[in-house]
Amino acid sequence: MTTLPASTNKKLGLVIDLDICVGCHACAVNCKEWNSGGHAAPLTDMDPYGPKPIGVWFNRIHTYEVGANENEPSRTVHFPKSCLHCEDAACVTVCPTGASFKRVEDGIVLVHEDKCIGCKLCSWACPYGAREYDAEEGVMKKCTLCIDRIYNENMEEVDRVPACVSTCPAGARHYGDLGDPNSAVSKLVVERTGFDLMAEMGYKPTNKYLPPRPRRNTAEKSDMPAELPVTPGTENPILRWIDKALTR
Amino acid sequence: MHPAFSVIFFTTASGAGYGMLVVLAIIFGFDLLPVDQNVGIAGLGLSFLLVTSGLLSSMFHLGHPERAWRAMTQWRSSWLSREGVLSVVTYGPWALLAYVWLLDGPGQLGLPSALACAVLAIGTIYCTAMIYRSLATVHQWYNGWTVVLYIALGLMSGAVWVGLILAITGIITGAYMAFCLVALLIGWRVQRHYWNFIDTTKHHITPQMATGLKGESIRLMEGPHTEENYLLQEMGFKIARKHAEKLRRLVHIFGFGVPLGFIFAGYLIGGPVAFAATFVAALSMSFGMVVSRWLFFAEAKHVVTLYYGAQAA
Repeated sequence: MTTLPASTNKKLGLVIDLDICVGCHACAVNCKEWNSGGHAAPLTDMDPYGPKPIGVWFNRIHTYEVGANENEPSRTVHFPKSCLHCEDAACVTVCPTGASFKRVEDGIVLVHEDKCIGCKLCSWACPYGAREYDAEEGVMKKCTLCIDRIYNENMEEVDRVPACVSTCPAGARHYGDLGDPNSAVSKLVVERTGFDLMAEMGYKPTNKYLPPRPRRNTAEKSDMPAELPVTPGTENPILRWIDKALTR
Repeated sequence: MHPAFSVIFFTTASGAGYGMLVVLAIIFGFDLLPVDQNVGIAGLGLSFLLVTSGLLSSMFHLGHPERAWRAMTQWRSSWLSREGVLSVVTYGPWALLAYVWLLDGPGQLGLPSALACAVLAIGTIYCTAMIYRSLATVHQWYNGWTVVLYIALGLMSGAVWVGLILAITGIITGAYMAFCLVALLIGWRVQRHYWNFIDTTKHHITPQMATGLKGESIRLMEGPHTEENYLLQEMGFKIARKHAEKLRRLVHIFGFGVPLGFIFAGYLIGGPVAFAATFVAALSMSFGMVVSRWLFFAEAKHVVTLYYGAQAA
């Protein structure tokens, strides 16, 4: 059924720290690796060794240059993005077949691949670009929040997190229940004033982003002089040259 | 948005077919013109052909056409599903109308089946338009003009094609040609309003809202891939402003100008000229409508492009 549940028991999702992400793309690579053998397998690649390779990815990292403002110089921000498992998921309600659904037990948005007709309408309805059409299989695929890891009793408990979270070398990705105000992720969101992407669209994404911390603009506030004083005794150009040559 | 041929053909052909059905049903139901069985065979036949080939074309662009029946199940939430249901339901009164008209079925069923056809045909065009109108991600579709545009152009196309059949069978009247002229003028007006709307407004979402980053400028320094991806192929289609202007000119000329001129000439001169005039008008208009619908997709911008360096959508 493509009508959305009135509420879900849990709101499992990710918290992504834009302050910490170093843009290494490891999360996207491990996502591709895990899901190529997991629930939504295969993540088909077309023309993989040809001149125009294209393929299914559930996770992508953009890198932005944020222009300077009054308080901060310009900065580079690495920005990973995967399905945000929205509460009001438009991708689910537009689905004509019932292939797309949002789970009542944990809020994860999934696709029944054997019911999908490949009309692509869900990918048009998603503002975040989370849905991926597999042209080889003729069905829509998407991030499953690694349901085949997070509930996998054959794995050590510490590994029961999405592949992107387990692999992040910088600790920029956190996984948990965002519906529980006492969970570690919910506390992190409050502490760091986490935000929704395109909150104005009203889809209430579950995944939250933590803003880059304000930069310390140390240059202006320092007590140090703007130019270093000339070392006494080096006013003479020859002596200055000798001084330079010797201190090299 | 990527202008896929199958969807452009589907929406223009089924729009014209349902438009024809509405016009034919009203003419027959209210006995407005002395339409005989030949008009019925040609009119109902052509409209059936247009609608059915359109629906089939939309089915074959699916990844899994054999599962298309599933698209009838989610009418509670999905406009695409509602369209599927209504398009199939419409065949019922359509068959009944054909029975009354072509096979001399019971006359008292004529008006009810005609009215049911007209309502369901407009309803189906409405659902087609709502598929696009309900997508908040595409500003050029998510506005009141989309539905008006689809219904106006569908009825206009239907009126002109029915005009051709009435001209072939020699039943066409000055009043009917005047009706076609009015339909063309309304269609033209709506088309201009729609283009004016998308030229003067844009999506309210900015790159700052999309990324949540605070900065006067957000510049994409590095994309996720060196090559294109599905999102860019499907949603990142761009058309140069000057090309769009040229194509719009084609729509003005062939979609509206030529049909108006020819039908007006046919109206003035009458007689056998009416046939040649409506024939040229119908062909020219149909070409214009395909270009118009191509632009409807090509000029639509998706908010996901804001993540890929677009500054507005």
